Amino acid sequence: MIEAVDLTLVNWSRAQFALTAMYHWIFVPLTLGITIIIAMMESIYVRTGNPEWKRITKFWMTLFGINFAIGVATGIILEFEFGTNWSNYSWFVGDIFGAPLAIEGIFAFFMESTFIAIMFFGWNKVGKKTHLLATWLTAIGANLSALWILVANAWMQRPVGMQFNPETARNEMNNFWEVLFSPVAVDKFLHTTSSGFVLAAIFVIGISAWYLLKKREILLARKSILIASLFGLVSSIYLVLTGDNSTRTIATTQPMKFAAIEGLYNGTQGAGLVAVGVFSTSKTDPNNENLKDFSLKIEIPNVLSYMAFLDWNAFVPGVNDLINGNEQHGIMSAYEKMERGKLAVAKLTDFKNAQKAGNDSLANVLKTEIMDKAFQDNFFKYFGYGYVDDPHKLIPSIPLTFYSFHIMVMLGGYFVLFFILSLVFTLRNQLENRRWYLRLAIWTIPLAYLASQAGWIVAEMGRQPWVIQDLMPTWTAVTRISAGAVQTTFWLFALIFTILLAAEVKIMLRQIKIGPKH
Amino acid sequence: MFENLSHFALQQYWWVIVSILAALFIFLTFVQGGQTFIYRIAKTESERSLLINTLGRKWEFTFTTLVTFGGAFFASFPLFYATSFGGAYWVWLAILAAFVIQAVSYEFRKKPANLLGARTFEIFLILNGVLGTVLIGTAVGTFFNGAQFSLNDLNQVDWHTSTRGLEAVLTFHNVALGLAVFFLARALGLLYFIFTVDHELLVARSRRHLLYNTIPFLLFFLYFLVWLLLKEGFAVDPETGVVSMEKYKYLHNILQMPVNTILLLAGVVGVLWGIGSSLFRNSNKGFIFAGTGTVLTVLALFIIAGFNNTAFYPSIADLQSSLTIRNASSSHFTLTVMSYVSLFIPFVLAYIWYFWKVMNRKKIAESELAEESHTY
Repeated sequence: MIEAVDLTLVNWSRAQFALTAMYHWIFVPLTLGITIIIAMMESIYVRTGNPEWKRITKFWMTLFGINFAIGVATGIILEFEFGTNWSNYSWFVGDIFGAPLAIEGIFAFFMESTFIAIMFFGWNKVGKKTHLLATWLTAIGANLSALWILVANAWMQRPVGMQFNPETARNEMNNFWEVLFSPVAVDKFLHTTSSGFVLAAIFVIGISAWYLLKKREILLARKSILIASLFGLVSSIYLVLTGDNSTRTIATTQPMKFAAIEGLYNGTQGAGLVAVGVFSTSKTDPNNENLKDFSLKIEIPNVLSYMAFLDWNAFVPGVNDLINGNEQHGIMSAYEKMERGKLAVAKLTDFKNAQKAGNDSLANVLKTEIMDKAFQDNFFKYFGYGYVDDPHKLIPSIPLTFYSFHIMVMLGGYFVLFFILSLVFTLRNQLENRRWYLRLAIWTIPLAYLASQAGWIVAEMGRQPWVIQDLMPTWTAVTRISAGAVQTTFWLFALIFTILLAAEVKIMLRQIKIGPKH
Repeated sequence: MFENLSHFALQQYWWVIVSILAALFIFLTFVQGGQTFIYRIAKTESERSLLINTLGRKWEFTFTTLVTFGGAFFASFPLFYATSFGGAYWVWLAILAAFVIQAVSYEFRKKPANLLGARTFEIFLILNGVLGTVLIGTAVGTFFNGAQFSLNDLNQVDWHTSTRGLEAVLTFHNVALGLAVFFLARALGLLYFIFTVDHELLVARSRRHLLYNTIPFLLFFLYFLVWLLLKEGFAVDPETGVVSMEKYKYLHNILQMPVNTILLLAGVVGVLWGIGSSLFRNSNKGFIFAGTGTVLTVLALFIIAGFNNTAFYPSIADLQSSLTIRNASSSHFTLTVMSYVSLFIPFVLAYIWYFWKVMNRKKIAESELAEESHTY
């Protein structure tokens, strides 16, 4: 029923989505965190009445405004791209996936857009307390919008709370709370928002450090660093904890992604954690360019098993176990899943054909069979595998996933130390004479962005080829359109986004140079 | 509460909500319409800034309503989302591109070192004003004239033209709606200036231009409406779901849904009253009437498109692939969940309305901009 799809089209469609998502994610994390930092600063202003705090609040608000506009611009494309480029996906799971997007609009976006106007233009129009409330509601609105889109993303990583309906040929929601409170969704929300808090704290500290180096705005810089270090330290510890939790969830729900982030080809008991690894450039498996051997590897024994299953000796399956199966550990091979998936697809086709032929009794029998719980759990669960012709397509790019994961984790650890350092120097009043630290703080800003992007690469590249884990691979989800059309829009958006980003960075740098209004 | 309603009742409820969002969006395109006047009406830099700042405090509402409209349509009628956005690819991406350039323009325009210069961002605003309104109006025209798609057994869309939706401009009836929306948005923009700007010259110029925009608006809108009532429409048999062409289908909808027809008439009268009172009685409150009128008119048109056994997104390539509120909707469960969510909409509208009033209590003047710490 689904004809072979041009892989060039799939790749360009993926590229376009990745482009939009990554550009969008340059701006979102700062919004998530800096709105909270600003709200904290304004709270102090309202509490103390000290106009210096108002000036500080307004300064960071200006930078936030510049960032916010372009975040909105890239966000609108993202929402509609589910329809424009992934239309088959939009129908197949729209019954579940659409809801969080709508709720996001109703609950979060309106809150954000109403109160952001008051936050920027309401200083002389509403009372101090109302203004403060507006600032907090902007921050809450921003983070609420993150909640809903992350619930949607988590559902793609681990589809729950739904049932397939052969009549409509789609998945239909049957438990909203399961979708909302899925452990993947909870982890994802906490981990992603706290990553935004960390990035924003680093942004504030880095820019303040620049002022201290230039011996300008000393008071503003010191106060900002104090707030941001505290907020950053708490957030970064939280970030590490939720990251650890996410990893454990991945180990059970997306074992292939887990194998990829560790570059684990052959599963083992008491698996070691690769602390540092470098892949060789030679191919180890001619069938799959994703599998590359390590040329350098430093391993910490047993830690991976513990990390994944809280058991030093647990078995962690590798890529080969997942492809070829491992009876001893009860792991089904990809070949078996493909067989089962094909059976599920064939049954759906039979059902549709019976319907078309007007053979209602046969259609009813087939429908009952498809809806049967045992069939759902043992066959339909692998529906997406029915569209996979080569099991090697089930392996994501291992070097990319591995490196991204390790960069993210190492930087995450570094951020905790960085905030501790910031706090110590602030409390001891030593900021200004630690010039190396001030320089380090500036250079930590790009690192925060790098870690943040790397995180999404792990999440999204690591789950390839699945748009919906085990149910829908990219090539059945894509809109059927000429690859040339998508290629054209890809370059068009690449051009627009890049120009706008360049403008944004230039404006931001100039505003920093100008500094707060006196 | 909602779980006891029939699936069809929920589908109708959600069609009304989507229609309200569409209606609010078209009303809020006064921002887009206003943007097309930043050179026409403003003669000096400070006048231009005044107009841009007036609009700039509201642009996010239009934008957010568009996004929420998309999200709500996705949640309630996912087959439309999949079919139209994936199918009429070029149209929707052109619309989106027009909104991308708007989002940054207000914030970046006056900022030093903005790479492209103030002028470029002003042109972006004008482009958004023209393309955003004309294209969306034209796209909505296809609700009545059909589009070139077919769906397979798995409800996957195939589009039958390589122009992917752009062919809609070849049907003048679609374009007439696009132009009607464009001139209406412009008229609303002018009415908003009259309503909110404290600047005699700008208000006087707005009044003058109001006439020039009302005439083309009326021409295109009446053409659209009269032709709609005379043309064949896409009727659905409620028993079998079979779609067929019916003569005077939309006229029948007008006659068979009198309450909706009253809404439509009240809406049109509201728009005309808003414009007329501003033109001939020097009223400053025309925006309120014309805005309310716009909401009612668009709402009624959407009801005509989807209610009374009508296919709201018909296919002219394969009539039986046409989308109706029955075959394109989400499941009973999802619509029930979303209906509970919808109970919060009045609350959201209430706080928007309250804070809108607070922020607009005083008219905006050049002197205010001089004092403000954050301006566009």
